Amino acid sequence: MPQHTFRVNGESVTVDVEDDVRLLWVLRDVLKITGPKYGCGINVCKACTSHVNGKAFNPCSVPVSDLGPEDEVTTIEGLPDTVDADLHPMQEAWLERDVAQCGYCQPGQIMAAVALVKKVRAEGRSITDADLDGIRNICRCGTYTRIREAIRDGAARM
Amino acid sequence: MTTARDSSPLALDEDAPPPGRPGVRRRSLIGWVLAGGTLSVAADLSLGAEPAAAAVPSPPQVPELYDLGDLQTQSALPTSQLIRIDLDAEGFAHFAIPRMEVGQGITTAAAMLIAEELEMPVEKVRVTLAKARPELVFNQLTGGSNTMQSMFTPIRVAAATAKGALLRAAATELGAQVSALSAKSGVVTGPTGTSLTYGQLATLAASAEDVAVEVSLTPRREFAVIGTARNRDDALAAVTGRKQFTMDLEVEGALPTMVCRPPTLNGSPRSVRNESAVRAMPGVTDVAVVDTGVAVRAETFGQCIDAVRALDVVWAGGPVDGEDDESVLAELRRAELPMVVPKVPILAGTLDLRVEFMFRSSAALEPNCAIADVRSDRATVWAGLKAPLVAQRDVAKAVGLPIAKVEVNVVTGGGSFGHKLFGDAAIEAAVISKAMGKPVKLMWHRADEPRQGRVHPMATSRVRATMLAGQVLTFEQRHTSVVTDFGHGLGERLTAMAAELPANLGGLGLSQSIFTLTQELPYDFGVVTQLLNEVDTRFNTGSMRNIYSPDVACANELAVDQIAKRLGKDPYAFRMSFLKNAKAKRCLEAVAKAGGWGRSLPQGVTQGIAVHTEYKGATAVLVELDTRPETVNRKVRDAVTGPRVTKAVIAVDAGLVVNPRGLEAQMMGGVADGIALALTSSSHLEDGHFLEASWDNYFYTRQWNVPPEFRCIVMPSDEELPGGAGEAGVAASVAAVACAYARATGKVPTRFPVNHGTLSFTPKSFVPPVPESPVDGLSYTS
Ligand code: FES
Ligand code: FES
Repeated sequence: MPQHTFRVNGESVTVDVEDDVRLLWVLRDVLKITGPKYGCGINVCKACTSHVNGKAFNPCSVPVSDLGPEDEVTTIEGLPDTVDADLHPMQEAWLERDVAQCGYCQPGQIMAAVALVKKVRAEGRSITDADLDGIRNICRCGTYTRIREAIRDGAARM
Repeated sequence: MTTARDSSPLALDEDAPPPGRPGVRRRSLIGWVLAGGTLSVAADLSLGAEPAAAAVPSPPQVPELYDLGDLQTQSALPTSQLIRIDLDAEGFAHFAIPRMEVGQGITTAAAMLIAEELEMPVEKVRVTLAKARPELVFNQLTGGSNTMQSMFTPIRVAAATAKGALLRAAATELGAQVSALSAKSGVVTGPTGTSLTYGQLATLAASAEDVAVEVSLTPRREFAVIGTARNRDDALAAVTGRKQFTMDLEVEGALPTMVCRPPTLNGSPRSVRNESAVRAMPGVTDVAVVDTGVAVRAETFGQCIDAVRALDVVWAGGPVDGEDDESVLAELRRAELPMVVPKVPILAGTLDLRVEFMFRSSAALEPNCAIADVRSDRATVWAGLKAPLVAQRDVAKAVGLPIAKVEVNVVTGGGSFGHKLFGDAAIEAAVISKAMGKPVKLMWHRADEPRQGRVHPMATSRVRATMLAGQVLTFEQRHTSVVTDFGHGLGERLTAMAAELPANLGGLGLSQSIFTLTQELPYDFGVVTQLLNEVDTRFNTGSMRNIYSPDVACANELAVDQIAKRLGKDPYAFRMSFLKNAKAKRCLEAVAKAGGWGRSLPQGVTQGIAVHTEYKGATAVLVELDTRPETVNRKVRDAVTGPRVTKAVIAVDAGLVVNPRGLEAQMMGGVADGIALALTSSSHLEDGHFLEASWDNYFYTRQWNVPPEFRCIVMPSDEELPGGAGEAGVAASVAAVACAYARATGKVPTRFPVNHGTLSFTPKSFVPPVPESPVDGLSYTS
């Protein structure tokens, strides 16, 4: 079986799995990293949102063979380490506002939020309503308003 | 005054005594100190429990006196003594709640109740979910927004019992009178200032035998925890990705498993043409034909998806082959019960309204899933289950084992909305595990959910009202629905409680009974009748964040707006003068004030206002709907934009509030649901199958549909008990949005959601039944 080497949450990993297995299943079923959730498998629900080289992406739609040894994947489990803290400021904002209901969508929401804040910062501006309207992550519990508030709050803390 | 005089089963006895509030008499509260190594206590409410009044007086409608919540609370009473709290030597209190947490916050609220009575920090209370416990009979069903209502007193009695035992142990140890001790923050302090922690006392307070003790509860005015805003107990786990759902559990040998499902609803497999080829695919370990489809087990779910797509199956058709929305609607129309408007003066005006509600998927974000390990002599399953006892029975039956040999573990669910009342995934996983002779971790593909999963039934609601001289003389409603499946235990409760039910429920079928136990019209509209008829059992149905209320309320409130218009009244003023329910009135007043009812708005932005009463509480919602072209025509890829609710204000009276922050969260979710039900979310039945297969097909509220302005007002309440909250936010929300839409367009919509007539996506293939996972994810990083 082919071998694939890439980095996850700061460590290099090597897995034995077919080239076309999507990264979400390599993370969840092979590496037992279960923070990224399955909600559709077709890059729609965004429950699996994680980061690759600091940018948001959806591992359900990336064959493991697309990754090389230098590619750094960050899942929700590795997010605090990116700021050398126990919790990322966005997670703190989430806690403060008690955003989660069932919690199933929340790892993806937080990873999307962090990437969004970084993106608008790189563009030299701050989060607008239009940015928030553009977030595609589903929350079937409907805690959208608290998500919007927490992103603004988290951005201020980042 | 409202009376029912027609010959319907709802006709009430005119000579009955005036209404009285049943079931809230003083009772002696008895707790048990149980034998054990450390302190263990239980609540016993079977002593002194009063049945509710057997006859429902006229004129109020049934739910005002005895509703679905009462039924559930009362049926839980005889077994409540089995609800138990343990204290360990580290000073932690442990409680396994016989309910399921699906995001509604009941574990947090239960921890608050225990902390309050036990005088200890909430952080030291550990609430877990109990396994299926057959001895609980009717006391292990999570539904009907009933958890807090039925558990409020038993949990507090158990905690008060524990505190009493700790104090007695401390008294012995410190050589002091119990009355000279004080308990605070998990520490008992004696008159000289010497103190003992609960952890130290847990062993000392242990009893060698079961002892019954009488307890009294902290009076409401002294509550220090109950009623304060509190974050969820699992919030940290949720935001760090450590919260474990069924699919995150590691069970030895339980490999990923999925099912290739039929192209039409409830079809079944005849044979597989390429079984050995699929078995030889990478990662695949097993293929098995079961009655719901062809199951595959593999090293990863990704390989399951590939195998499901590769399977070449000969299918037998399903029971609704060839049917579509229109054919089912025609069937409903034929089943609509006639109106029986009593004699009214010839000059009375009549309003007729008929509204159709399409099928809706109740799927949560976490798809149906379960782990099962079925052996020849026993079975173990893990799943998110709101009715684990029913699941245990059904699994036992499906795999041919005695109930006692089936262990059912309840796992926190990623949302439910009624979906997890049923053990569909647990039963299917067990059947597959038995067929393969191996443990399986079963997951439904997203596409399977709207296509083969539970739906809220299609329904129609007809309203006829007559008016004369500024008064409403009659209001009749005929609700007609595809049959709602109550096979998750509510039916058993009703049957078991039959003798105790209000007299005039006798002779009604199960659905009609539930309808009668939940529906009430909060207005003084003269002769009121609300009747239900259900037809067609071929669909996989269930309730969806409420049973009938969102549809019924939507139709009623649309009618109320139309009546007001005919009478030349403002919708808010009209409601205020005709509402007979004081809670509803206060809620309505609160949203009108906070939301600025009648304020001037740009052309194209319209307000809508609505109320709903249920579970002894009330909600009112005010929305502002933006129907201006620049809003309606917003372009978002693969999405429905359309009119946008720009402001939503909801007021809720849910009785005694345990956790206002949790209540607000439930209302926020309820409003999101209401917006979707009114404007965007439905399933299209065509040629025997539902077309939706993705969250970009089934248009639940997304960020671009969310009101930028949201406010929740929690009304103060003098009630001694909490009411229901999980479902309360939906009905008034869908109604308010519908009313706003009708005012904006000048036309009352006759079909909901309003965009159902436009198919806003290209349906995915039915063979294979699930879409391929994309491979271009790295081109869309952001
Ligand atoms: S599972 Fe990856 S986007 Fe839905
Ligand atoms: S919190 Fe349940 S899906 Fe978002």
